[in-house]
Amino acid sequence: MARAVSFNRKTVNTALAWAIGLLIFFPILWTILTSFKTEGQAIADPPIFLMFDWTLENYAIVQERSDYLKFLTNSVIIAGGSTLLGILVAVPAAWSMAFVPSKRTKDILLWMLSTKMLPAVGVLYPIYLIFIELGLLDTKIGLVVVLMLINLPIIVWMLYTYFKEIPSEILEAARMDGASLRSEILYVLTPMAIPGIASTILLNFILAWNEAFWTLNLTAAQAAPLTAFIASYSSPEGLFYAKLSAASTMAIAPILVLGWFSQKQLVRGLTFGAVK
Amino acid sequence: MIRKTSLGVALAVSLATSTAALAETITIATVNNGDMIRMQGYTDQFTQQTGINVEWVTLEENVLRQRVTTDITTKGGAFDIMTIGMYETPIWGANGWLVPLHKNVNFNTNNLSAAYDVDDLLPAMRGGLSHEGTLYAAPFYGESSMIMYRTDLMAKAGMSMPDAPTWEFIAKAAAAMTDRSNDINGVCLRGKAGWGEGGAFITAMSNSFGARWFDMDWNAQFDTKPWADTLNFFKNMMDASGPKGYATNGFNENLSLFQQGKCGMWIDATVAASFVTNPKDSTVADKVGFALAPDTGLGKRSNWLWAWALAIPAGTQKEKAALQFIEWATSKDYIELVAAKEGWANVPPGARVSLYENDNYKKVPFAQMTLDSILSADPNNSTVEPSPYVGIQFAAIPEFAGIATQVSQEFSAAYAGQQSVEEALGKAQDITNEAMEAAGYR
Repeated sequence: MARAVSFNRKTVNTALAWAIGLLIFFPILWTILTSFKTEGQAIADPPIFLMFDWTLENYAIVQERSDYLKFLTNSVIIAGGSTLLGILVAVPAAWSMAFVPSKRTKDILLWMLSTKMLPAVGVLYPIYLIFIELGLLDTKIGLVVVLMLINLPIIVWMLYTYFKEIPSEILEAARMDGASLRSEILYVLTPMAIPGIASTILLNFILAWNEAFWTLNLTAAQAAPLTAFIASYSSPEGLFYAKLSAASTMAIAPILVLGWFSQKQLVRGLTFGAVK
Repeated sequence: MIRKTSLGVALAVSLATSTAALAETITIATVNNGDMIRMQGYTDQFTQQTGINVEWVTLEENVLRQRVTTDITTKGGAFDIMTIGMYETPIWGANGWLVPLHKNVNFNTNNLSAAYDVDDLLPAMRGGLSHEGTLYAAPFYGESSMIMYRTDLMAKAGMSMPDAPTWEFIAKAAAAMTDRSNDINGVCLRGKAGWGEGGAFITAMSNSFGARWFDMDWNAQFDTKPWADTLNFFKNMMDASGPKGYATNGFNENLSLFQQGKCGMWIDATVAASFVTNPKDSTVADKVGFALAPDTGLGKRSNWLWAWALAIPAGTQKEKAALQFIEWATSKDYIELVAAKEGWANVPPGARVSLYENDNYKKVPFAQMTLDSILSADPNNSTVEPSPYVGIQFAAIPEFAGIATQVSQEFSAAYAGQQSVEEALGKAQDITNEAMEAAGYR
């Protein structure tokens, strides 16, 4: 009897998990399906799910109209650069907060997080003016710095949480064995926190990849990443849903593949220390 | 020998450098619509003719507006040409943010050439893109609004569309054409919040009911009878004969409904005529008729006037090249080029007088009604009672976009039944007066 209840519960839980998973994935699936329709089929009412004439025309048009590889390269450089720079800054900061806390550490952490509560548009003009002065407008390096700064609070918070799970005695032992600060962080702390660091890197790469305020407002023709590529297919006066869907599919494909292959690492990192 | 080689290398480097310096590149910010995308496809021809390379930054209309406004107000210099509309041009021109393209009296090297034939621009477009007689942006295409209707459904309803109908006729025809069992709505109109969406439509419609945004002292006028009449008429007609959820429908949603045969009438931008008559996308392409936007007999129709135009931000280092591009893109030759490649129905409309004198273009079914609609719109005299602002579906003051967005949100909430028309108008009155007071108009 107990086995039957357990089996039923398992079945229900599995079905529920699949239902929620499909619900979350449905907008992406719909976007991908729409990208293979004609513009007329894309707006059909009632909507056509699978029974339509599949076409690659939208991809051909998007490929012809836009330099996809240029946008993709910019996205990789900007998202990758900002994530790596952020990790370089955040690891020592999180180490200091986790293992050498001061009485203001909690306040600093909260203050850092509070900067995320400011609407981005509130600082658009000051940052735009600074970019003009420094010649950073429409440059990849400018965006690397800005995205690193806006994601830094999250990186520090995540790393701080992971580092707190590591017993400080291990680091003390390394110090007693004569390890320098650099060696302590590089050869003792970092290997133990690899799952956490990896998931932080992945999450921030995804955040930087999807960032669509600064990447649209601080770029023009040279440094524009895939967010600008998608924005160029949106229009309030003209039906371009199928082409927009094709552009969106091309933009999310690399990050979907990355997420698919690294999901194990990502889940492991995000649940790191969750169960004691 | 080494010296000769060195000289050769130096010469080659200097030649390569000078060639690179000659190959100028301009950056253009533009909107994503059919005519603009078509122009991007022909840019190679401009580059072949002039040696000037062109880089495009294409953005959605509202994103573009925010992006170019940030750049021009900070003198960022990210763009050498900006695609802007009739709302921004006079304001930015007055602020000295744009390079004058043509002055009334004096020509200088930066003005449009005589061959450009600036006098061929439609007067309504030229006027709307000028400030104190100086042209600040060249119209790439222009539009008004008009009625697009299903000839078969109108005949089935036993009615005949006049060339210049009244709103009363439209409401009657809409009721007669509505067939809920077959999912046919008598009339489809914009109800979506946003100053350029439902806000633009209701403002243009209110002109025909004798309403205005401001009196001559910049006091809001939403507490007047003409505004109550406008909103009540719109809501009653749409509740009875409009599509379900019309409060969230904008241009694209209505275009989609009309193309699928689900609207008896659609009053919207004249550029939509080429979409609804295109058999590739429209199921009703051969059953569409056109008429002037309706009125109420007060002397003002409910059509608007708009142009997407190309302007040069002051301070660009590539003013001459930018001017060359604008001359090319908005010239008569460009229209001929598109006509030769893609047919006369696909040329950018509404900018030049000569286009409407062309016998080939006269054969396009919506050409004459588009011209008549544009000619009947006067941005300098858009309201029945005198008003202090220029513009038909907007008031050309910097504060308007922000105010009208909030006001249109209140109107959309009334359309959706979340509040009464009276409540929406009361809130609109307060929002507008407060904003105008804060801006120092009152």
